[in-house]
Amino acid sequence: MDKALRVMNVSKHYPGFNLSNVSFELERGYVMGLIGPNGAGKSTLIKLIMNLVKRDGGTIEVFGLDNQEHELEIKERIGFVYDTIPYYGMLTVSEMKSLIAPFYQKWNENVFRRYLKEFGLNPGQKIDTLSRGMQTKFQLAVALSHEAEFIIMDEPTSGLDPVFRSELLDILYDIIQDEEKTILFSTHITTDLEKIADYITFINDGQLVFCMPKDEVLDRYAVVKGGLELLGSGLERRFVGMRRGHTGFAALTDDAEALMREYGQKLVVEKASLEDIMVYMVRGERSV
Amino acid sequence: MDTRMDRTMRIVISNASPDPIYKQIADQIRDAVLRGQLEEGAPLPSIRGLAKELQVSVITTNRAYEELEKDGLITSVPGKGSFVAVHNQELLREKRLHLLEEKLTEAIEDARQMGLTKEELMNIITLLYEGEEQHG
Repeated sequence: MDKALRVMNVSKHYPGFNLSNVSFELERGYVMGLIGPNGAGKSTLIKLIMNLVKRDGGTIEVFGLDNQEHELEIKERIGFVYDTIPYYGMLTVSEMKSLIAPFYQKWNENVFRRYLKEFGLNPGQKIDTLSRGMQTKFQLAVALSHEAEFIIMDEPTSGLDPVFRSELLDILYDIIQDEEKTILFSTHITTDLEKIADYITFINDGQLVFCMPKDEVLDRYAVVKGGLELLGSGLERRFVGMRRGHTGFAALTDDAEALMREYGQKLVVEKASLEDIMVYMVRGERSV
Repeated sequence: MDTRMDRTMRIVISNASPDPIYKQIADQIRDAVLRGQLEEGAPLPSIRGLAKELQVSVITTNRAYEELEKDGLITSVPGKGSFVAVHNQELLREKRLHLLEEKLTEAIEDARQMGLTKEELMNIITLLYEGEEQHG
């Protein structure tokens, strides 16, 4: 298979935080959502992929090339969208473009102009005065204008309203129509953006929890609810995480079908959302 | 998306349905083919176009198309897209009969649970069938 990204046994140590032995792969032409709570290591992982921080162990390959040895070549082919815009704020959109474009061999000015128009960006406007959503669009316009094959976005929707998120979702769907482009984005809140994700990589506390096709994740887990009298007979052992209250419990399980057969109407079984999966897995068992 | 599709095919995804999304998509296209709402050779939306349309992942629409291909209801031509298969009329009729039998079996189950006799059920079917004829 043609891999856009291979992360193998990657580690990074900071005082008080360890990213340990993380491995996953992403096939070209697909979309991956990197999810996990704040401080899980998502941004560190993205910085490691971009070689903005040096890894302590493991290997990272982008397009089959080591991301340190072939850094420049790889970066020509990547469009990186930061959570906060890294550009000089006093420059206008057009001035900023003139500064960035020479770095890219494949820069296409016509494509850039077309995207400015499509995204409603004014070339004369100062970067500082662009809204958060418009800054994201500007970065995407830059990425698409140098024919980036791999779009990497760190928290692209944090602080953005649902209207912009929906617009961004449409833009991303347009980007992947050619079957060639790969997208990786991170997010700590599950929003509408994961609709497009083919794969979900979940990290928590510096560890990989899973990397799976999203459909398999959603198929595997379910939320079950019931009265407290059901607990205490070993049922809890079949839960991944549980929230226990005074009136009943709710839990995440990967054994829903068997539980339905055994407990029938005594349990309410519902589909789990990615948010449910993230919350129950991170918080484990808890009482309220 | 092809405008011809828009008139002839309707796909509605429900998050409340217990069925996985790929199955909901496959079932609705299968239904449209078996009912003859989609003509032989009619183009289907591209896998990625349909993913965008329904706001689901590419893996999901791809799996739905794979299921339909396995059933022989659609064919995919690399570089050209997917099309409603040119089908053997007898086979199609057989498949529709099979679907009908499944639905009737369900109705019979319900009737049994309610304690209806075979005659009572047959009476309902006769009444409904004749009613349809008069109206249709």
